Amino acid sequence: MQLYRLTAHELHDLLIKKEISAEELNIAVFDRIENVEDKIGAYITRTKESALESARAVDRQIRDGEAITPLSGIPLAIKDNMCTDGLRTTASSKILSNFIPPYSATVVKKLEAAGATVVGKTNLDEFAMGSSTENSAFFTTRNPWDTERVPGGSSGGSAAAVCAGEAVCALGSDTGGSIRQPASFCGVVGMKPTYGSVSRYGLIAFASSLDQIGPFARDVTDCALMLEAISGHDPKDSTSANYKVPDYAASLINDVRGLKIGVPEEYMAEGILPEVRIAVKKAMLLLESLGAVVEYTTLPHTEYALPTYYIIAPAEASSNLARYDGVRYGFRAAEAVDVIDMFMKSRSQGFGPEVKRRIMLGTYTLSAGYYDAYYLKALKVRTLIKQDFDRAFEKYDVLLSPTSPSPAFRFGEKVDDPLQMYLSDICTISVNLAGIPGISLPCGFVDGMPVGLQLMGKHFDEGTLLRVAYTFEQNTDYHKEFPKL
Amino acid sequence: MITVKDVDHVALLGRLELTAEEKEMFTRQLNDILEHFRSLERLNTENVQPTAHVLPLQNVYREDLVGQHMPREDALSNCPDREENYFKVPKIV
Amino acid sequence: MTQYETVIGLEVHVELKTRSKIFCDSTAEFGSEPNTHVCPVCMGLPGVLPVVNKNVVEYAIRAALALNCRIASYSKFDRKNYYYPDMPKNYQISQYDLPIAEHGYLNIDVNGETRRIGITRLHMEEDTGKLVHQGTITTTPFSLVDYNRAGVPLIEIVSEPDLRSPEEAYEYLNKLKAIIQYTGVSDCKMEEGSLRCDANVSVRPAGSKEFGVKTEIKNMNSFKALQKALTYEVERQIEVVEDGGRIIQETRTWDEGKGVTLSMRSKEYAHDYRYLPDPDLVPMVIDREWVDEIKRSLPELPDDRKERYVGEFGLPAYDAMVLTNTKELADYFEACVVAYSNPKTVSNWVMGDLSRLLNANNTDITDCPIKPEQLAAMLQLLEKGTISGKIAKTVFEEMFASGKDAETIVKEKGLVQISDEGAIAAIVDEVIANNQKSVEDFRAGKDRALGFLVGQVMKASRGKANPEMVNKLLKERLS
Repeated sequence: MQLYRLTAHELHDLLIKKEISAEELNIAVFDRIENVEDKIGAYITRTKESALESARAVDRQIRDGEAITPLSGIPLAIKDNMCTDGLRTTASSKILSNFIPPYSATVVKKLEAAGATVVGKTNLDEFAMGSSTENSAFFTTRNPWDTERVPGGSSGGSAAAVCAGEAVCALGSDTGGSIRQPASFCGVVGMKPTYGSVSRYGLIAFASSLDQIGPFARDVTDCALMLEAISGHDPKDSTSANYKVPDYAASLINDVRGLKIGVPEEYMAEGILPEVRIAVKKAMLLLESLGAVVEYTTLPHTEYALPTYYIIAPAEASSNLARYDGVRYGFRAAEAVDVIDMFMKSRSQGFGPEVKRRIMLGTYTLSAGYYDAYYLKALKVRTLIKQDFDRAFEKYDVLLSPTSPSPAFRFGEKVDDPLQMYLSDICTISVNLAGIPGISLPCGFVDGMPVGLQLMGKHFDEGTLLRVAYTFEQNTDYHKEFPKL
Repeated sequence: MITVKDVDHVALLGRLELTAEEKEMFTRQLNDILEHFRSLERLNTENVQPTAHVLPLQNVYREDLVGQHMPREDALSNCPDREENYFKVPKIV
Repeated sequence: MTQYETVIGLEVHVELKTRSKIFCDSTAEFGSEPNTHVCPVCMGLPGVLPVVNKNVVEYAIRAALALNCRIASYSKFDRKNYYYPDMPKNYQISQYDLPIAEHGYLNIDVNGETRRIGITRLHMEEDTGKLVHQGTITTTPFSLVDYNRAGVPLIEIVSEPDLRSPEEAYEYLNKLKAIIQYTGVSDCKMEEGSLRCDANVSVRPAGSKEFGVKTEIKNMNSFKALQKALTYEVERQIEVVEDGGRIIQETRTWDEGKGVTLSMRSKEYAHDYRYLPDPDLVPMVIDREWVDEIKRSLPELPDDRKERYVGEFGLPAYDAMVLTNTKELADYFEACVVAYSNPKTVSNWVMGDLSRLLNANNTDITDCPIKPEQLAAMLQLLEKGTISGKIAKTVFEEMFASGKDAETIVKEKGLVQISDEGAIAAIVDEVIANNQKSVEDFRAGKDRALGFLVGQVMKASRGKANPEMVNKLLKERLS
């Protein structure tokens, strides 16, 4: 039995039946990491000692007959832009390469309280800015399905780790598609929850009004378990919603009869690879055959989402990243003549090109005389984009689209052309602008590379998304495929 | 059109010291991206309210209570340069 | 010669006396060891988020109501982006286009005239940390940063350019301080930095409607410095204009040692704060009932109190103004009046001997060793004639030094006034016998001789003889 290939709910059953121990499970996952990490490069930091220690604590609980949670002893990976007390947290940036937080993110505390074992911190595009994980200051992460290709990004390390059996589940963050797009590229399930449903406290900010933490998992059931464990109000996050977290496991119903699913035609237009469109159309037909009403609809302001996003996100980022100045923590350049020189040298040497590009862009659009033309305009268009969704959700329970216009691309294919790279977010960014939940799950393969299906839902209606995703998964086999490494 | 001079000014505001190549590259790339943004000009947004927050949250406050402080060594532990219990920086002017 | 008119506007920062900081639960207390009043939030560590302290909003509203401001129904926080090593995030959370309050005013009295000075706005923001230099900022080889103060709540109060002289600016700041102190939201101690003031100064030909180019003056660390700096700057500007020069819009710093304002030519390039609504904080919709409740809880403010002192106590306007200048002094005065109902006498003692002793001992009314009841009891002894006015001054100083009651001091030192006619008559007779020359002078019409004789009697009685009785007996015997 290859334990690292199983899902959290399968492993939980084995744990409570005492067929395996949590320690055994964690050792199996670390063995797997040993075997494949050279090819994949998912982790910046591994934490074998503390993981095994937590696993043994779970084993004692089981032995003593104490109740354990569905995530107890389950090996999890955490994207390296979430703070972990006493454990280096880098955001894949040289500027934070030696940063050891004195506190943990709320999500990390929640998962630890649930008994999950943290196996390590995963690679990402520096400060989560990118769509391929090529912007990591340290190394690139490879797609387990084809190591010549990118895993997607920015949460490429987490997606690749779950895909390759280097973790059972993982956390990512999603500002414009950074969970869903790598989930789609790696053939796993990834979800961006409703803005405000998961605390951002301890998540190293990229664009505060868009950032949201969410899970990666190998199936929809695990995704629901993870979501439930990390959701909920946090008094430390003013933008966190005060709501009762539903029982997401109860949403895992294999039935979509009567549900109305809209397919925005803008998401199926040219620019989407024909093979991807075919895979999505097959998904539409399947859901229809299972009793859902599937219709084309429209989100007329879709074409404006990309510029809107690329005004708002860099503007917020330019302000969020101002604190990296070499005074209190992080990298400081040597030999500065005065403090301003120290700021400029530290930041120039500490940030990579994509981060600099976005700081430049955001600083420019906020600067005197341009605020109304860019930032304010973008906030207004954001309203129009949100209203598109409001109108669509008056008629449909869920919207469906591809997650990405194409499967995983090759290294270097887009990294020199920022605009081309930005266009790969075209299907995912509107969800962040509207603050709604979105999930990506495997719906086919093109030339051996996974294709992702995106489902989008109403604010706080993750339940319906999970239901449709679960139904689709129960009636397909794509999630059972495992990459050969 | 953004010029190299504009890029210089923006880099200073953002405290980035750019090489000549970077200046040239960013001038070109920012122009491309801003050109792409121009599509927004087509939209009439005169009577549209801006969305700064997607959720209708308001009046989120905490009570005026004092909590635990960080041990001072935690506060200073990541500091690149310190003198006694202060953070040390090069001269201001 | 051209006459010039001075135009001044003040930007005043006041630290609020909340328990915790504005966006985190670190203590907002002043002082302590460097970098001990900090947490991940006020240190601006990666990943942290701010949450608004409700008390800060309440205090800001309280101060704004006392300054006759209109309270916003919808307000928000914005980020003001600029780099400085004492600012942990390199942006300051402040308020830009929707401040908590606007359109207020306060009244000042200058040369017996009351002037209304407009208040443009009042907004909330976070304080920065503190830089410590060896020597001065320009000569120090490096600087040290202490973040204890970072995140302490501030309100910034911006006046209209309504002030027409350094004296008016002084009076405005003094009145503002009094009002804020009355509301209890701040200590307003300039020496501890809980009250800070910057000024915008310009001059224009008298009668001109247009404003001249203004300079911003910083680093005025006391009321005296404010007046001196503004006086200097106004003269400097007039001189520049008279010499045919032009005023440059710039920030200047007051050099207390040299007594001049100096241009701050630094590498701090043209400001472009790139304000944006803080995406980490949600808007505030201010409930009217809350505002009304705060309004009801406001104490009587200086102007009302002053008016009452004139109306109810019959005090001269000057006395009323001095006594109401700080809430503590006014509270002290009223406590005295409760126990001794001659307000003018109390006022004389409080404004006279008491203020003198407080000044001489470098202390203020809150630490006054004489309790109001003690002062009242002393005044009663005086009124009853138990002690003379002269003895009262001695007793009062002793009370101040020891904190003892007047009665105790009078008993211990045997200072009771002699009002026994027989005893005084004996001394009077003795003095007459020993000072025949003065007796003759008096009889020859030199009235001054009487004063001398009174003095001799008082001296012989060690000050305890009732002066009125001494006068009466001397006159009887000499006529």
